[in-house]
Amino acid sequence: MSATSARPPVGRRHPAKWLTITLFLLPALALYLLFVVFPVVQAAHYSLFKWNGLQPLTDFVGLKNYVTAFGSDTFKTAVSNNILIIVLSLAVQIPFSLSLAVLLNRRFRGRAIFRVIFFLPYVLSEAVTGVVFTLILQPHALMDSSLKGVGLGGLVQDWLGDPGFVMITMFVIISWKYFGFHLILLLAGLQGIPREIEEAAFIDGAGRWQAFRHITLPLLGPTLRVSVFLSMIGALQLFDIVWVMTRGGPLGASNTMSIAMFKAGIMNQQVGYGSALAVILFLFALILALAYQRLVLRRDLEGGVTAFNG
Amino acid sequence: MTTTASTTTNTAASSIGRRTPRVVRLRLSDIVRYVILVVVAGVVLIPIAYAVLGGFKSNGQLVGDPVSIIPSPWVLSNYTDVVLGANAAVFWKEAANSLIIATVAVTLTVGLASLAAFVFARIVFRGREAMYTLFTLGLLFPSAVAILPLYILIKQVGLGGNLLGVALPQAAFGLPLTIIILRPFFKSIPVELEDAAKIDGCSTFGFFWRILLPLARPALATVTVLSIVGTWNAFMLPLIILSGADQWTLPLGVMNFSTQYVSDQARILAFTVVAILPAVLFYAVAERQIVSGLTAGSVKG
Repeated sequence: MSATSARPPVGRRHPAKWLTITLFLLPALALYLLFVVFPVVQAAHYSLFKWNGLQPLTDFVGLKNYVTAFGSDTFKTAVSNNILIIVLSLAVQIPFSLSLAVLLNRRFRGRAIFRVIFFLPYVLSEAVTGVVFTLILQPHALMDSSLKGVGLGGLVQDWLGDPGFVMITMFVIISWKYFGFHLILLLAGLQGIPREIEEAAFIDGAGRWQAFRHITLPLLGPTLRVSVFLSMIGALQLFDIVWVMTRGGPLGASNTMSIAMFKAGIMNQQVGYGSALAVILFLFALILALAYQRLVLRRDLEGGVTAFNG
Repeated sequence: MTTTASTTTNTAASSIGRRTPRVVRLRLSDIVRYVILVVVAGVVLIPIAYAVLGGFKSNGQLVGDPVSIIPSPWVLSNYTDVVLGANAAVFWKEAANSLIIATVAVTLTVGLASLAAFVFARIVFRGREAMYTLFTLGLLFPSAVAILPLYILIKQVGLGGNLLGVALPQAAFGLPLTIIILRPFFKSIPVELEDAAKIDGCSTFGFFWRILLPLARPALATVTVLSIVGTWNAFMLPLIILSGADQWTLPLGVMNFSTQYVSDQARILAFTVVAILPAVLFYAVAERQIVSGLTAGSVKG
């Protein structure tokens, strides 16, 4: 971050400064180190052992837990489910949120109400969302009856019971819950772009789409990046809604990495193996963050150049 | 402002002679805009309405005719059972647990993060940025990574099955976002103010407590609201730490209620709706804070 741009007052050169720093910073640092940093380090440590979480930590197995994880079909399904949700979020959910943000980025009657409604699902807990949708999607319940009522009975699925379909159902529910969050972020970003810039493009003869593609979108870059990144991290740690609705079923078809970790570590008391899964999850997040940084930075530059050419 | 600006553009565009029927097209696009927004709003609201109104139905109505939205006759017993009757003890116990955890966690998060953000914003010292980065990293990684060791740690320190065992880690999870949002606000308060306070004999803590915090009230409101929503809805951590039913929070209660009363859907819906009521009322009151908080967070990245 910009460390040097705003220069706070230089502390007086006496011990009082360090006393203040210690007293102010220590409580937060202690809490954070104890309950966030230390557990993450411990996960890496535990992952090298075969351990049920109760006996002394003696059965060192090296990287065997990791080998087991990558050889496990259950875990492979979990990883591919996480990747599926990430891809769908980026391909469908973010563009959807962006389109609605563009529609809302204009003054008109009822705009505030739409904004409040769209954000409402974000405030509801995942547990509540899961329970309500489970009831709606049961066979012959609201979803099926509504489809039949409008003559689309052919579309009826075993929404949560079909291993081939359950992740699509999950994705739609996740989108229902989170699109409003991205909408608000993107709307705030759009409102930060001076309208005059787009209007200048119109006067120069740009069409609506051209102005959006070459002016608005590049300027929205920073917000869009945050939105995409949060979406990816969220998809990577997907747990609550899936746990409430299917517990990873049917037949493990909706397992995610977090669910596999929970099942191994808490339910089967394989804390060592579960920790290895946690570390793999951590590495996925790390790789994603680094790759994203590199890829997107490069594309931003290209975007800048094409914007000038167009 | 915006409306006048766009009208001028339209007249400008048409006077140049490009696309004269622009005014008509705009009206059409307004209609399209409304249609799209209303459809999406419907998709958002129907599940919520289904839950709220379903709680007023009998199970016969729910199963027999799932599509009619309005209950007939209206059944009050589901809701009264949850709040006053057969399920009231469970519900209020879980609500109390949620409230205790949220109070402790939010107080700790906002209190400790304010102190830390103050140091990060206003005091220059060696290693400051490194330490700040350490906190920001907490935002980049899934909190699920820490869950298993936390489960072991909480048991070891004797907080297993204790509400504090959830509240303390929850407070720690909330620190990164809160510090990131507060720091720029604290930075923006002029140095002259601090110097003047010091000359008048104000200590550093006195300046923090009596001048800076009151000035940063909007930002504090924002992080408090975000922290409350996050804690109130937390699921995985309570699921792992809290063992007995008498310690459950509302999200755990909602899930458990739905498996316990599998065949009594109307009752499940009533319980669920009452459980989300605090969050929704809170949202209604604090909508602006939530939205501006998210925006501030996004600007900082």
